[in-house]
Amino acid sequence: MITLTINGQTTQVDADPDTPLLWVLRDTLHLTGTKYSCGMALCGACTVQLDGQPVRSCVTPLSAAAGKRVVTIEGVGSEAVGRAVQEAWRQLDVVQCGYCQSGQIMSAVALLTANRQPSDADIDTALGGNICRCATYLRIRAAIHLAAKSLV
Amino acid sequence: MTTPPIENASRRRFLQGVAGLTLALYLPRPASAAPQAETTAPFAPNAFLRIGVDNSVTVISKHLEMGQGTYTGLATIVAEELDAAWSQVRVEGAPADAKRYANLQWGGAQGTGGSTAILNSWEQMRHAGATARAMLVAAAAQRWQVPAEEITVSAGVVSHHPSQRQASLGELATAAATQPLPTAVKLKEPHQFQLVGKVAPRKDTAEKSNGKARFTQDVQLPGMLVAVVAHPPRFGAQVKEFDASRAKAVKGVVEVVQIPTGVAVLAHDTWSAKKGRDALTVTWDEERAFKLGSDEITARYHELAQSPGAIAHAQGDPDRAFAQPARRLQASYDFPYLAHAAMEPLNCVVQLQPTSCEIWNGEQMQSVDQMKIAAQLGLEPEQVTLHMLYAGGSFGRRASKDSDYLLEAVSIAQAIAGRAPVKLVWLREDDMRAGYYRPAFHHTLEAALDAEKQLIGWRHRLVGQSILAGSPFGARVNNGVDPISVEGAANLPYGIPHMRVDLHTPQGIEVPVLWWRSVGSTHTAYSTETFIDEVATAAEQDPVAFRLALLTQQPRHAGVLKLAAEKAGWGQPLTQGGAGERRGRGVAVHESFGTFVAQVAEVTLQADGKLKVDRVVCAVDCGIAINPDNIRSQVEGSVGFALSALLHGAITLKAGVVEQSNFHDYAPIRIHEMPAVEVHIVASSEPPSGIGEPAVPPLAPAVANAIAAATGKRLRSLPIQPADYA
Ligand code: FES
Ligand code: FES
Repeated sequence: MITLTINGQTTQVDADPDTPLLWVLRDTLHLTGTKYSCGMALCGACTVQLDGQPVRSCVTPLSAAAGKRVVTIEGVGSEAVGRAVQEAWRQLDVVQCGYCQSGQIMSAVALLTANRQPSDADIDTALGGNICRCATYLRIRAAIHLAAKSLV
Repeated sequence: MTTPPIENASRRRFLQGVAGLTLALYLPRPASAAPQAETTAPFAPNAFLRIGVDNSVTVISKHLEMGQGTYTGLATIVAEELDAAWSQVRVEGAPADAKRYANLQWGGAQGTGGSTAILNSWEQMRHAGATARAMLVAAAAQRWQVPAEEITVSAGVVSHHPSQRQASLGELATAAATQPLPTAVKLKEPHQFQLVGKVAPRKDTAEKSNGKARFTQDVQLPGMLVAVVAHPPRFGAQVKEFDASRAKAVKGVVEVVQIPTGVAVLAHDTWSAKKGRDALTVTWDEERAFKLGSDEITARYHELAQSPGAIAHAQGDPDRAFAQPARRLQASYDFPYLAHAAMEPLNCVVQLQPTSCEIWNGEQMQSVDQMKIAAQLGLEPEQVTLHMLYAGGSFGRRASKDSDYLLEAVSIAQAIAGRAPVKLVWLREDDMRAGYYRPAFHHTLEAALDAEKQLIGWRHRLVGQSILAGSPFGARVNNGVDPISVEGAANLPYGIPHMRVDLHTPQGIEVPVLWWRSVGSTHTAYSTETFIDEVATAAEQDPVAFRLALLTQQPRHAGVLKLAAEKAGWGQPLTQGGAGERRGRGVAVHESFGTFVAQVAEVTLQADGKLKVDRVVCAVDCGIAINPDNIRSQVEGSVGFALSALLHGAITLKAGVVEQSNFHDYAPIRIHEMPAVEVHIVASSEPPSGIGEPAVPPLAPAVANAIAAATGKRLRSLPIQPADYA
């Protein structure tokens, strides 16, 4: 049994310690907002926060999350930055197919948590690991700036 | 607390309450629909709308939402004629039922593709909304005992101003259900539109921003097993034998079964299934496998291009035009295979019962899938239920002409005798390697100029696999010409007196191919629009002016071309780059699926030799603009999607084995590569056409023409390589 805190709730998980956190979230805990796309830390679709840091859950073993605070797309809206980002996403109709967007939002929240006034270059760096095959990048960028403004 | 069972009578009332008004509509078929529709009851009733007593308006979308905004677009049209408030509208995916939900452009078959959703639904959705509105008004007139003509509807409120009465749509729903169907309804005039052409936010943004949107990947059913498959390394190979002992030893693995397309490992969860699959030992029988590499395929295509192909289009006397031209230009082009690589890798959920089959899928080809699944199971098509979920992208891949991955999922469920529901999961590597690509193509082009530097002759030869041949749509192949191999080339818009387009469809290339966002135009727009640019240069003319002079019979091409040029400041000098930088501007115009798009791209060749696409100015004519913001969004996305292919996209084979596997070697562009995009929409009263694909084709030639303007280098092999423009 491994204990972790997910979106504020302490949970016990019975899975192999080497199981990627992604599959524990999705298949064991049925938190399916976190997405699988590449499984190799190449696309960012599976991004969650581990003790406040963005990580690719597809390559993060469950053991590495033991005792830590995990925040997923399902829980990120309960804090101010997450709320602001989701609101900006809605205002600008960022999404297309939507499959990458949980990861995009998790990366955007991590960026804005660390840096309330990111430049375009900051955004390129922080979101550089998140692929959007629908190429919604312009709106992602605009929404991050909009969320930053609303957080001032 | 337990819920008491709902008795029949109260259940009926309950259902009426939720769905007070389900409309059965008799709808006319647009004149442009394919003739086959004649035999398939074109006047069958359709149901696109439910209004609940809770005042909810549910629009039933017959088309798949895969990112292109169709749920929002179709709902906008219904809500417009219904005069609903946008906030009360929600959207639901339709079940598989071609009688009610056929794509009117597809001759009675149900499915989504070819940018037809808005085109085929425009009149149908308008009638759906207008009919409902008329019945609600009739119900209000009866209830209030006032003439129907005095009743107005606005933003979901039905009003009779003289008597100051009003009601919501929901309050009138039950009464409206008992009204007779109107025989004729009056549709709005464009100046009366409240939503069409205005602001109607996407209906799926909220749930796609909070993790609640449900994709096939997210389906969990009680007792469900997850299947991961070992596919053969080469197309056409078969399982010879396999050893499952190590796979079965993996915790969580339940069964290992052989299926026609490989060996499937079933487990309680995805990770165990993957570990099990990786632990399998499979020996493949490769006797009939396809073993050519990309280089050999290309060499064969080049050889084929030496001889005439099947004629796709001819006019004038092209050979005479080339007999003694004042100037003759020649170029040849190579295009690689391309994977769709949607962010959601392919997947499908199946639940088998003795006399039924239930499927959960990002469902794009209902009629074909239903037919093929039923045939495999020995069922009737109606016994196959298809739940259409959101697709995490598709770009054509989920419109599988062979129902390939669906049948694979069904085979797995059959192999375990339907004991458990099965979710088939293709890992990224499966999605990249197991095929169905944009076909590789080779083109040769020739142009003849007369002494006055007029373009008088054009010969275009294409070599590439057919998508339609051997598919359920194979009848469209005519005299050896697959129309979608040559679309965009055979119907070149330019007024050239002597012209021939011919096609070779190579046999024996066993790489599975499929439509890929904008299909034939992905390659034909590139070759024709870069070549015409070369011809303009040879004729010492401005590329825009040169094109316009050849487009006098094509007002909509000319319209977008002029608009894009004007908005981009064509003719004004381009801002200089920094030290050591070269800048260039290029243009392209192309029609696909009835929508016209011109793009002007600006690029910088940086001092370090790197290419940066700075800005793309787009002009779009898609008829009446239903949802301008969605049009902008689709054009932005199309620019990024097309740029990925131009810069990085190639699936290559070595001795029949696909070399790419994941996003490190098949790379969509990332955020820093995304250019600024400006979108200008032509005001139009033409019927609306699609926007999911048509902004893809012009991007690559516009960028290539910009690179040529900056460097003088013409790029004829995709994806472009830095060495080619250094
Ligand atoms: S799924 Fe984890 S980075 Fe792609
Ligand atoms: S919205 Fe489709 S992949 Fe990003």
